[in-house]
Amino acid sequence: MAAPLTLLLLVAVTVRAALFRSSLSELISERVEVVSPLTAWKRVIEGLALLDLGVSPYSGDVFHETPLTIYLFHFLVDYAEVTFMVSVAGSSVFSDYLFRKQKFALEADRYPLDCLELIRSPKEMYYIPLKVAMFYLLNPFTILSCVAKSTCGLNNAIIALFILSTIKGNVLLSAIFLSLATYQSIYPLTLSALLTSVPLSCLINLCVTQWICVFLFWWFIVQYAFMYLGSLFVIICLSFFLLGSWDYLPSVYGFILSVPDLTPNIGLFWYFFAEMFEHFRLFFLCVFQINVFFYTIPLSIKLKEHPVFLIFMQLAVISIFKSYPTVGDISLYMAFLPVWSHLHRFLRNIFLVSCVLLACSALFPVLWHLWIYAGSANSNFYYAITLLFNVAQILLVSDYFYAFLRREHHLTYGLYLKRKDGSEATLVLK
Amino acid sequence: AMAEQKFRVRARALVCVFVCVVMCGCGRDDFQEELVIRPLHSGDIYTSFQFRTLWETDFTRENKVSHYRLFPKSLGQVISKFSVRELHISFTQGYWRTMQWGQPYLPSPPGAELWVWFQDSLTDVDGTWKELTNVLSGIFCASLNFIDSTNTVQPSASFKPLGIGNVTDHRFLRYATLPREIVCTENLTPWKKLLPCGSKAGLAVLLKSEKLFHSSFHSQAVHIRPVCKDDQCKTTSWELRQTLNVVFDLHNSGQGKNEWSLFKMFSRTLTEACPVASSSKIYIDITDNSQGEQFELSPATPLLSQAVVLGDRRTFSVYDLTQQITFGTMRSLNLLIRGKSSDMLRPLLHAERYVAGYGLQTGEIHTLMYNNHPYRSFPVLLLDSVPWYLRLYIHTLTVTSKGKDNKPSYIHYQPSKDRVRPHLLEMLVQLPPNSVTEVTLQFERALLKWTEYTPDPNHGFYVGSSVISSLVPSIVAMDTNNSRERPLFSSFFPSKEESSYFVRVYTEPLLVNLPTPDFSMPYNVICLTCTVVAVGYGSLYNLLTRSFQIEEPSPGLAKRIANIIRKMRGVPPL
Repeated sequence: MAAPLTLLLLVAVTVRAALFRSSLSELISERVEVVSPLTAWKRVIEGLALLDLGVSPYSGDVFHETPLTIYLFHFLVDYAEVTFMVSVAGSSVFSDYLFRKQKFALEADRYPLDCLELIRSPKEMYYIPLKVAMFYLLNPFTILSCVAKSTCGLNNAIIALFILSTIKGNVLLSAIFLSLATYQSIYPLTLSALLTSVPLSCLINLCVTQWICVFLFWWFIVQYAFMYLGSLFVIICLSFFLLGSWDYLPSVYGFILSVPDLTPNIGLFWYFFAEMFEHFRLFFLCVFQINVFFYTIPLSIKLKEHPVFLIFMQLAVISIFKSYPTVGDISLYMAFLPVWSHLHRFLRNIFLVSCVLLACSALFPVLWHLWIYAGSANSNFYYAITLLFNVAQILLVSDYFYAFLRREHHLTYGLYLKRKDGSEATLVLK
Repeated sequence: AMAEQKFRVRARALVCVFVCVVMCGCGRDDFQEELVIRPLHSGDIYTSFQFRTLWETDFTRENKVSHYRLFPKSLGQVISKFSVRELHISFTQGYWRTMQWGQPYLPSPPGAELWVWFQDSLTDVDGTWKELTNVLSGIFCASLNFIDSTNTVQPSASFKPLGIGNVTDHRFLRYATLPREIVCTENLTPWKKLLPCGSKAGLAVLLKSEKLFHSSFHSQAVHIRPVCKDDQCKTTSWELRQTLNVVFDLHNSGQGKNEWSLFKMFSRTLTEACPVASSSKIYIDITDNSQGEQFELSPATPLLSQAVVLGDRRTFSVYDLTQQITFGTMRSLNLLIRGKSSDMLRPLLHAERYVAGYGLQTGEIHTLMYNNHPYRSFPVLLLDSVPWYLRLYIHTLTVTSKGKDNKPSYIHYQPSKDRVRPHLLEMLVQLPPNSVTEVTLQFERALLKWTEYTPDPNHGFYVGSSVISSLVPSIVAMDTNNSRERPLFSSFFPSKEESSYFVRVYTEPLLVNLPTPDFSMPYNVICLTCTVVAVGYGSLYNLLTRSFQIEEPSPGLAKRIANIIRKMRGVPPL
C-alpha cells in the first residue's frame, strides 16, 4: 500500500513543482475562483509588508488572515511553496491513514439475505484509501489552489487532521484541531455536532443501564465542550498577545460574517449583496449566514450512526454556502466521494451533475475574460454560471445523500422489494 | 457730463475720507491688489491677480468680533466659529502644463482642493471639518459637501503651515480634494463679492466670466493665514489672499495673433484703482525683453522693478494705478503687448502620472518625477491619496531612478478602510540630477454596491492629483527677509534659506474604470439567488424529514369514485 501512495505523492509533487516554476503560477494566483479576499497569497504578503512598515496589518481592509497565520508565514515566507505542498500531501496521507483504519463491520447476519451484494467486500475497501488520496491530490481544483498558494490548503489540512483524530478517538487532539479550524474560519463550528454521533458509537458497549448511558453521554459532551472552548480561548488570547490588540477580531470574523468585500467568486453572496436594497441588507445577511449553520442539528440527528457521512455532508454544506468559497473548499469534500463508490447504483443525477460541473468549470474563466477584459459581456454572465455551479453542487450532495439513505433502507428491509400483489415495487420518499 | 464726473469724483473722495477717518480711530485694515502678466513662449499669456487684505484683530481675546471693515464678514465668522488657523481653498479648471508654461506663481490641482489647519485648542476636529466644508460649500456655491471621510486625509509632512505659528501636530490638519468639481460663473461671483471693492473698482473690474472661462487654465483661490505685523513679530494679523490665475490660449482667445491687450483678454479696460487699496499695481514680466526686441509694450512706463521669484531674478515693468498719470488722457488703461516671448528656462521639477494595465481587475499607477537640474539632486515629498475602492498593494511599490532602485528614506502609509477612509502614501524620495524617477504601485479594482456608483458609472472614477512638494535649488539667492515690501506674487511661500525655494507640483488626476454590476437587475438577482438557496433547502428538507415507502399505485378515477360509494354502502372496496 505504501508503494502506490508514494508514487502518487511523487506525481502530485512533480505536477505542482512544474506549475510553480512556470509562468502560469502568476496567472493562477490572481484568478478569483481560486483565491478569495480571505485566502489570497498576495494579501498575506501585503500583511507582512505592512508589519514591516510598522503599520498594523488590520488597520486597513486588505488583510484578513488570523494573527497565527501571519506569524507562521513570517518565518516561512521563503518556503511558502514547500509549506503548501507539505500541507496538501499531509492532508492526503491523513485521509489515507484514516480510511485504512476504519472498521466496516461485516455483520452479515444483521441484514436480510438478499443484501449481500450491497455490502462491500474487503477487496473493494482495500483500494479506497488510495482512491481518496488520488482524488484529493490529482483533483485539478486542488492543484490550482496549491499553485496559487491559497491558505485554503492549510485550512483543509487542519480539517483533515481533525477528522483523523476524531475517528481514531483521541478527544483532546480532536478538540484542539477543531478549535484551530474554527479559529481560521468560523464555519467549522458546525463540525462540533459530530460529537453527538461519535460518542454514541464509541460508548455503546459501555452502557450497562439507560441512566449510565445518558450520564456518560452528557459527561462526554461536557468534557469535549470544555476542551474545545478552552483551546479556542487559549488561541484567541495568544493572538491578542502576538499583536497587542483586538483589531483582528472585526477584521477576520467581522469580515467573514458581514461580507463587506464584494469581489466576485464562485459563491452566491457577492452579486446578491452587490444588488441588494440597502434596507434589507442586514436581514438577508443574517438569513444567508444562518443558512450555513441551520442544517447542523437536523443532519446530526438523522445521521447519528454514520459520523463519516455526517462529516461529508457538513463539509459540503459549508463549502457551498460559505461567504467566500473557493475551489479549494470544494476539493475537500469531493475527496470523500470514492468512499461511497458503492452507492453509484442508487445515484440518479450523476451524469447531469458531472456534465454541468465540468461545463461550468470551463466557462468560469471564459465569461470572466469576456466581462473584465473584453468588455463584451457583463456581470450577469458570470453570475449565471455561478448559479449553475452551485445548483450542480447542491444536486450532487443531495444525490449522494439520497443514495446513502436508500442503501440504509435496503439494508434494513431487503434489496428486492415487492408490492402487495407481488410485482416489483418502486420506492418513493413520502 | 464733465460736471457730473467731477461731482462723482468729489463724492467718492469724501466717502473715502470718511471711511479713513472711521478706520483711523479703530486700527487699520490694509488692502493691496496686483496683476502680473507673463507672456509665454508659445504665444499664450499668463495673468495672475492677487488681492491681499490684512485684518488687524486678535481672536485670543475672548470677545466676539463684530466690526468688519475690509475683511469679508462671511470669512471672518468662519475663522472664529470653526477655530481655523489656516485655510486654503482653490477651484481650478484645466491642468497646468509645466513644460510649456513654466512654474505658476501659485500652484493648484484640477478640481477643488481644500486644506485647513485648525487651532490646537479644538477638541472635535472631524466634526468641525464636516461643518466647515458645508459652510464653505454655501459661501462659494460649490459642491464641497461631497467632502467626507472617504476623501479626507491627514498628511504628515507635505502640508506644513504657511503662516506663523508653531503647531505642527498633523492631527489638526485636514486635506481633501474633489477632482471632479467644475468651476463656473456661480463660483466666480461669490469669490468676487469677498473683495472690498467687489467688482466695481480696481483690478477686479477685469474679472468678467465670459472671457475668463474661455481660457486654457482658470484657477481661483482663497488663502487665509496669520502673518507677522512687523519684524519682531509681537503681534499677528490675519492675511486673506485671493488669487486668480488665467492662461489665455493664443488660438482660442487670441485669434492666432501675437497681440494681447487688456481689452482683448478681459473685454474691459482699467479706469481707476480700488479707492481703499493702499497699493494697486500691474507687473509685466520683461526679463527676456531687455532691449525691446521680443515684444513691445504700450503705453510705455518708466517704472521698473526687480524681484526674485521662483528661483530667478526677474525684471518687471510696473504700472501704478494709484497714480493718475498711468491712465493718461483717456482716463483708461489698455495695455498692449505685441510680439512673442523668448524661450523660457526649463523648469527644474515637473511630474506626470498615468494608469497602466488593461482590464477591470487590476492596474498600476505610474508617477514620473523629472529633475532637470544638471548637477544638483534634491529630495521631494510625494503625497498620494487614493480612494478606497482602488486597493493598493504597498509591497508592490517600486521607486527607480535611471534604471536602479531608489529606496525612499521616509514612508508614511496609512491603508484604507472600506467606505471609511482613503489610502494615504507619503514618501521622501531623493531625485538624482538630470534624471527621471518612476514610482509604480499596483492596485486592484473593487466591485461596489449598486447604490454606490454615480449615475454615469462608465465615465469612471477620479483619483485626485498627487502632490509633490520640494525645496528646489535656486539660481539666485532668495530673499529671506520677509518683512520688506515685496510684490505679492513673490512673497506667498516664505523662504527660510537663500539657496532654495519652495515648489509644489500637482500631477494629472486619474480616471479609472471600475467593473459594474447590472443596474437593472436587483430584484431578479435577489429572486434567482434565493431560488438556488431554496433548492438546497428543499432537497435537504425532503431527505431529512421523509422516509422511503413502497409506492402503491393509486387506482383510476372511476375506481376511486366506486370505492367511495362502496364505503358508504358498507361494502368492501375493489
